[in-house]
Amino acid sequence: MLRGMMLRLLAEHKPVVLAIVLLQLVQTTANLLLPTLNAAVIDDGIVKGNTDLILRLGGWMAGIAAVQVAAALGAGYFSANVAMKLGHQLRQELFAKVQSLSSQEVGAFGVPSLVTRATNDVQQIQALAVLVFTMLVAAPAMGIGGIVLALNQDVVLSGIVVAIIPVLVLIMFVIVRRLVPLYREGQVLIDRISRVLREQIIGANVIRAFVRQAHEAHRFAVVNRGLTRNNLQSALLVAAMLPLIMIVVNLSSVGVVWFGGHRIQAGDMQLGSLTAFIAYILQILIAIMMAMYVLMTAPRAAVCAERIQAVLDTRPAIADPPISRAGLPHARRTPGGTVEFRNVTFAYPGAEAAVLDRISFTASPGTITAIIGSTGSGKSTLLNLLPRFLETTSGEVLIGGHNVKSLPLHFLRDSLSLVPQRAYLFSGTVAENLRIAVPEASDDDLLRALRTAQAEDFVRDLPDGIHSPVSQGGTNFSGGQRQRLCIARALLRDAPVYLFDDSLSALDYATDARLRQALVPLTHRSTVIIVAERIATILDAGLILVLDQGRLVAQGTHTELMRTSTVYQEIAASQLALGGRL
Amino acid sequence: MSTATTTPTTAVAGAGAGAWAAGRRLLGLLRPVKWRMLAAVGATCAFVALNVSAPKLLGDATDVVVEGVFGGTFNEQQLAALLVIVAVMYIGASVFSWVQGAVTALAVQRVSYGLRAAVEDKLARLPSAHFDEQRRGDVLSRATNDVDNISQAMNQLLNQLILSVLMLLGALSMMLWLSPLLAVIALVTVPFSTVVTVLIARRSQAHFSEQWTTTGELNAHLEEYITGHEVLKAFGRQGMATEVFTNSNDRLFRTSARAQYVSGAVQPLLVFVSNLNYIAVAVVGALQVTTGAMTIGGVQAFIQFSRLFSQPIGQIGGMLTLIQSCVASAERVFALLDAPEIPRDGTGEDTAEADPPDAGPAEGGPTEGGVTAGRVVFDAVTFGYSRDVPVVKELSFTAEPGQTVAIVGHTGAGKTTMVNLLMRFYELDSGRITIDGEDITGRSRDELRSLIGMVLQDAWVFTGSIRENIEYGRPGASEADILEAAEATLVDHFVRALPDGYATVLGNDGDTLSQGQRQLITIARAHLAGRSILILDEATSSVDTRTEVQIRQAMQRLRRGRTSFVIAHRLSTVRDADLILVMDHGRIVEQGNHQQLLAANGHYGRLYAAQFAGGEETLRAPESGL
Repeated sequence: MLRGMMLRLLAEHKPVVLAIVLLQLVQTTANLLLPTLNAAVIDDGIVKGNTDLILRLGGWMAGIAAVQVAAALGAGYFSANVAMKLGHQLRQELFAKVQSLSSQEVGAFGVPSLVTRATNDVQQIQALAVLVFTMLVAAPAMGIGGIVLALNQDVVLSGIVVAIIPVLVLIMFVIVRRLVPLYREGQVLIDRISRVLREQIIGANVIRAFVRQAHEAHRFAVVNRGLTRNNLQSALLVAAMLPLIMIVVNLSSVGVVWFGGHRIQAGDMQLGSLTAFIAYILQILIAIMMAMYVLMTAPRAAVCAERIQAVLDTRPAIADPPISRAGLPHARRTPGGTVEFRNVTFAYPGAEAAVLDRISFTASPGTITAIIGSTGSGKSTLLNLLPRFLETTSGEVLIGGHNVKSLPLHFLRDSLSLVPQRAYLFSGTVAENLRIAVPEASDDDLLRALRTAQAEDFVRDLPDGIHSPVSQGGTNFSGGQRQRLCIARALLRDAPVYLFDDSLSALDYATDARLRQALVPLTHRSTVIIVAERIATILDAGLILVLDQGRLVAQGTHTELMRTSTVYQEIAASQLALGGRL
Repeated sequence: MSTATTTPTTAVAGAGAGAWAAGRRLLGLLRPVKWRMLAAVGATCAFVALNVSAPKLLGDATDVVVEGVFGGTFNEQQLAALLVIVAVMYIGASVFSWVQGAVTALAVQRVSYGLRAAVEDKLARLPSAHFDEQRRGDVLSRATNDVDNISQAMNQLLNQLILSVLMLLGALSMMLWLSPLLAVIALVTVPFSTVVTVLIARRSQAHFSEQWTTTGELNAHLEEYITGHEVLKAFGRQGMATEVFTNSNDRLFRTSARAQYVSGAVQPLLVFVSNLNYIAVAVVGALQVTTGAMTIGGVQAFIQFSRLFSQPIGQIGGMLTLIQSCVASAERVFALLDAPEIPRDGTGEDTAEADPPDAGPAEGGPTEGGVTAGRVVFDAVTFGYSRDVPVVKELSFTAEPGQTVAIVGHTGAGKTTMVNLLMRFYELDSGRITIDGEDITGRSRDELRSLIGMVLQDAWVFTGSIRENIEYGRPGASEADILEAAEATLVDHFVRALPDGYATVLGNDGDTLSQGQRQLITIARAHLAGRSILILDEATSSVDTRTEVQIRQAMQRLRRGRTSFVIAHRLSTVRDADLILVMDHGRIVEQGNHQQLLAANGHYGRLYAAQFAGGEETLRAPESGL
């Protein structure tokens, strides 16, 4: 997984990667040549007492050192760039993918986990890439080079070097195999840390109100302890790696002196070779330690790659239809906004009971269509089928005569303007939030939309008017203000279909009434669908749909329903009871 | 301090001094584990001593071999004895190295645990206003990405830094012992290395600060856009989000690549310097042998030491990247920890808010709703979220024990603000609020809040089962009590239809439930809590009216004998209230009961008329006989 991902991402950077490899080879070769020349200094210089040669060889060594630093700097520059480019690309891909996912798909991962994956997990891969570039080229080159040079000095003695390699591989294999599951769990625990903290930030006031700080601290401590324990376990494993490797390598250098000493006595080997040999062993040790750093990072990065790939591999259930845009039968906008549901059923995958059960109705432009029903009866679900936030299980949803599934998503959503139930605002300014609907809207347009949404007064009272700051989620506004800003955002758009998902719930009656009055001109050209809890909100609706446990139990006007529908009568009665008119 | 890191430019500007302070403070965190650290240093010393003297003995062994070549007598036993000693030393070195690694890991994990706990603890002490200014994703990034970075970096640093420094000293002393001349040559490199490191470090620190600040920013964008992704989709504005994201991502790429290669240049440069030194040692050593000042074995050992000497210098240089990155993250974590907190409670006793991990005086609150009668008085209360713009002005009223007080008025008139003040989420600018004659600032915040049950319009549920979410109101409540609360608030009705019932786990901000259902759960939570003062802020705005009627009956039972504050837009809910406060632009413009206010024919009269003009009278079912 990790390898595949790396190779895929690196494919674009082939020339640079090649340059890095070459530069690393140059610098590694230079590094290996230094002890060889040093051996020559001893064998040809010292033993023969040749001062000139010693100085000349010294000069060579200096030249090689200069080449080495140049190559190393170049390699460092390119590796930093490519490694960070990998991270950049992964984050970009992740973000693009997440944007194409539905709420369920996002929910399956969870917001905090997606965020962790795009930052922390990507960082791990980036860190590995840096190490790979600086070490994985140099380490094998140094290791293999060391072995080759050792062979060159004395074949028999090199047997020791060759013998230790399987031992080292075994040590690493055993440790890495244990590390992988630990790291996998570790990343999940980071998600959890993030999730608990996020909930604590969102719910800060509730936590304080119920004086549950200690409970929250405990809840966090449990996760925190888990992460700490996990990190400790992996750190302890990693800590064992170096000493084990050192024992093996150092003992082999002892062996070299022992066997080498005997070979020199026997006249099979030169004295300088022994010195060089020990230097090579050190070389190989360094190479192995370098490889070890990579190997310490690799398991975690591999786990992170899995997690990132899992997101990238998610096939969004809701995607553009296969037909090309040019193949669309009609002009840019759907002609008129007639919305039609034909025998629509929706059930969450795997759920037994359907949330919506065989719903059929037609909502036409020029009138308000209202949906009323008890909590959890499927009202919001029904609305969510229109922009294809959810996909029908069976049946058809049509806009302007086209099945929503046959329309390109951007085209479909362009023809809708939605006020969501959760009035979500982004951090920025009021104007920026409104312009999410229509980026090119003028300030006048914004003010007009605010006026219609009954939000002009309070926005004008803000110190900077429409340029006043909005905090994340809009928490610096009251619930009703947030709703009206979201309504203004939706009204800014000239759409054939407007959807209000229980968007008037936090408004007081006077505001509600004025707002509905202001909406009237809108209904002349567009279809308006409103989900509501209060009958007063929907009295004038041309069509009222009564939902009960996912079924459409009645439809008609207020007067008709008051006559025909017992469910509607109950709702009306409950509101009268709330009104205390008895 | 907290705001300083939100913009990259200021972070970069203040990088130098802040980095030192953050570095020192980070080291300070190791103080509680100083004995362990000392043990680690001890183990490292032993390791270094062994590791450094072993090559010397190996050099002696080489000389034994040399003697055999030149002197003709090869003392095999002497060689064997020497090599056995070396082998034992190497094994010992590895054992100490392992001990050091393990002890360091323990210490570092303790520090990371402490940092994360401190961040969480801090969140509980930040004023509500802080969350209005700071984006969630950035705070989260500090607790995860930055702490993780610190933890990874410290682990490597403590392992290697101690080792490298000791190796350096060890090698140096051995070199001095073998040949002072060569040692001096080796030492010449130190000032060069230092200058190179300092020059580069100065440049790269700013990049690291920016890297982690940008990471936080990116995290914030991600968190925000993923949370609001449906809105972006609905308006086809993924492009805009992508643009903002790409912007940050590009900057993150540039700044992290720069940080990486600028600081990464240190190591090759130091290696170069030490290579030159190595060459000098080899050449000078060789010349010394030719003049007879040193033995070949001596030179061989020396060359090994000079490698041992130059290696740690290169390593320390290589660690610069880690150190700077670690310090940059530490700065961000400390900035959060240093953010201004809610003023401590005046009573002098420590409350849970000031010190959350130890249960405050009333974890979960007195289950019987405290001992207060519940007489609430607002006396000329003035407050604004920003000082110059008062949101409520000169509010005065009295709520008698057991009364229901309804607060009505246009959206944004200051109704929720009143609740925030009563709960002490915010502190008054002037005036005072008393409960049973006692100023609310006279109690600790937790004591105060333990008297009050609150249900907000934004129904907050956390990841956990429905049962746990209800139990939140009164920890340790019996199964029967939970069920009773759930039944009274009609939670039971829809929970029974769920396959897992009360064990159904709510995840992802509870989006498996409808908004109305989430509201019901929070009402059940408050019902279970059973406090003596009750606040309902638009608690049922998304609940259908048939359900609401039944809840209302339950709430009426609940409200009996309790002082309750109700914020609702339905005047119907308000009619039965003992006291109605009509608010407009932050002032109470009218107060009284329904009849009185209607008779006065003022604001309330108009609101009432507007509502019924809207039609509840026409709701009457002609044949239903209502």
